[in-house]
Amino acid sequence: MSILVIAEHDNSSLKQATLNVVAAAKAIGGDIDVLVAGENVGAVAEAAAKAEGVNKVLVADNAAYGHFLAENLSELVAEVGKGYSHILTSAGTTGKDIMPRVAALLDVAQVSDIIRVESEDTFVRPIYAGNAIATVKASDSIKVVTVRPTAFDPVAAEGGSASIEQLDIVKDAGLSSFVGEEKAQSDRPDLASAGIVISGGRGMQNGDNFKMLEQVADVLGAAVGASRAAVDAGFVPNDMQVGQTGKIVAPQLYVAVGISGAIQHLAGMSDSKVIVAINKDEEAPIFQVADYGLVADLFEAIPEFEQELDKVCS
Amino acid sequence: MKVLVAVKRVIDYNVKVRVKPDNTGVDLANVKMAMNPFCEIAVEEAVRLKEKGVASEIVVVSIGPKASQEQIRTALALGADRGIHIETDEEVQSLEAAKLLKAVVEKEEPKLVILGKQSIDSDNNQTGQMLAALTGMGQGTFASEVVVDGDKVKVTREVDGGLMTVALNLPAVVTTDLRLNEPRYASLPNIMKAKKKPLDSMSPADLGVEIAPRLTTLKVEAPAARQAGIKVADVAELVDKLKNEAKVI
Ligand SMILES: Cc1cc2nc3c(=O)[nH]c(=O)nc-3n(C[C@H](O)[C@H](O)[C@H](O)COP(=O)(O)OP(=O)(O)OC[C@H]3O[C@@H](n4cnc5c(N)ncnc54)[C@H](O)[C@@H]3O)c2cc1C
Ligand SMILES: Nc1ncnc2c1ncn2[C@@H]1O[C@H](COP(=O)(O)O)[C@@H](O)[C@H]1O
Repeated sequence: MSILVIAEHDNSSLKQATLNVVAAAKAIGGDIDVLVAGENVGAVAEAAAKAEGVNKVLVADNAAYGHFLAENLSELVAEVGKGYSHILTSAGTTGKDIMPRVAALLDVAQVSDIIRVESEDTFVRPIYAGNAIATVKASDSIKVVTVRPTAFDPVAAEGGSASIEQLDIVKDAGLSSFVGEEKAQSDRPDLASAGIVISGGRGMQNGDNFKMLEQVADVLGAAVGASRAAVDAGFVPNDMQVGQTGKIVAPQLYVAVGISGAIQHLAGMSDSKVIVAINKDEEAPIFQVADYGLVADLFEAIPEFEQELDKVCS
Repeated sequence: MKVLVAVKRVIDYNVKVRVKPDNTGVDLANVKMAMNPFCEIAVEEAVRLKEKGVASEIVVVSIGPKASQEQIRTALALGADRGIHIETDEEVQSLEAAKLLKAVVEKEEPKLVILGKQSIDSDNNQTGQMLAALTGMGQGTFASEVVVDGDKVKVTREVDGGLMTVALNLPAVVTTDLRLNEPRYASLPNIMKAKKKPLDSMSPADLGVEIAPRLTTLKVEAPAARQAGIKVADVAELVDKLKNEAKVI
């Protein structure tokens, strides 16, 4: 077996999710190559070559791949990937955009968002917003799979010494072009890989009040997330949404503040190690999954929480 | 310009899903079914394009059992003009759905195809991208804004780091994210009118597509339940538990 892992990166650094995907590839077994496609990705390729368990790093460095347009990348991945038994990447928005297109070009099925590897052709994945867990067997000769990074412990980032090979394959489908982007700027840890996440819901009432959560996050070194209701109401940007249709997180500690606990929200955080809920409604469903529940008005509890944490964390 | 919208019949998102005791799937007997929420957003977007004079005709298509006609009728009541039902009682996986939709695209030649980004049953998030690949179209996935501009469509996409805007040649495929719009409700007169709108029915074989699933579901289980936790009396107790019991801070 030979596995092609598509690296997730931003042209300058390798995303940690790639290390989780390599771990999933190791669970399948076989030689693992990593494809780094992008523009000016030398540093990314070097980082990928150091990851534990990687055999070879293939680099496709071209302006056509600079913005990860699915139309161009899928043709590249389908061409490079057809020599492999498995093509894997993380189930982030880039992977979700590209991989079904790759699968269709190869005329094979795609398996989305796996959380476990049972064997080389059998995978476990959540369905119905995590209310059911399916074991599926893929019969195609090439398995195209997206991996939920939080479900696999990452391989070591250092220690490997894979060879790096430049590919001279340029695919520009001419169907799409990049217009612009608005990237959320934050000095806090990345939501998807943070060890502690504190999220606010509709109960926060407005965007300004999220500053209270940011202050707590700064004490804890945490990332800040949100429910869909908070995003919909315009309190915070969309990239902070946790849930079935937002980001999936599984930190050591998840603190839900003013969030009721709809199944779509739970789907994104119920694998967290420890869950804390702060809500003024003692009947809120979030308390059914919380290890520690505090029935309180958040506007009193959060400032106090920050003060208490300040004492123990500093 | 003609707009094609794909809508899927799924379990209503408010229903508490139960896994069958024999682990073959989830219990769908006598549960409320509805249009996939992302497909409602797709229909709404098409209707808004028509109201703006950008779209001239909206064709809505659904693949599934006879009862899927209910969701097509809902879309017609919301403002779609014509329905196509591809009838099958078999499980249709994303690749087959994309092949069937491709056959419809070839017949109807729409300028824009709008799908939901994800079915809330399979949570696949695949069909739109696969359809785009099979038809050689560009794709604007997870759209939060769609602007048709001459022979191009500009799509703002919700991506992990924030928002990204792409321009696609038409015809193109767009898949909807939650914030694209807020779907309206169908009025009673429109529900009545929808009953008279044309709805064609056909089989996958009529479209020359064979249903041959590549994925087999071996079993479906309930997720591991979390141990019920405790309620703490105050913030001081909470911080103490986090530090000394859970040891996570
Ligand atoms: C297809 C689909 C996909 C979805 N995907 C997602 C998703 O990915 N992520 C997601 O989060 N949601 C998602 N949703 C939405 C989900 O169904 C819920 O509507 C949403 O999670 C509710 O957000 P909330 O808990 O912040 O708001 P609410 O349900 O309104 O809860 C607010 C809570 O705040 C509490 N509160 C209010 N004031 C205070 C106070 N002063 N102090 C303490 N507590 C207070 C209230 O008691 C209440 O429990 C999706 C829905 C659909 C249909
Ligand atoms: N059986 C179907 N009938 C019509 N549209 C479908 C069907 N299956 C998937 N789709 C479309 O594809 C989108 C994404 O579905 P999926 O890839 O299954 O998550 C849905 O929101 C629909 O717009």
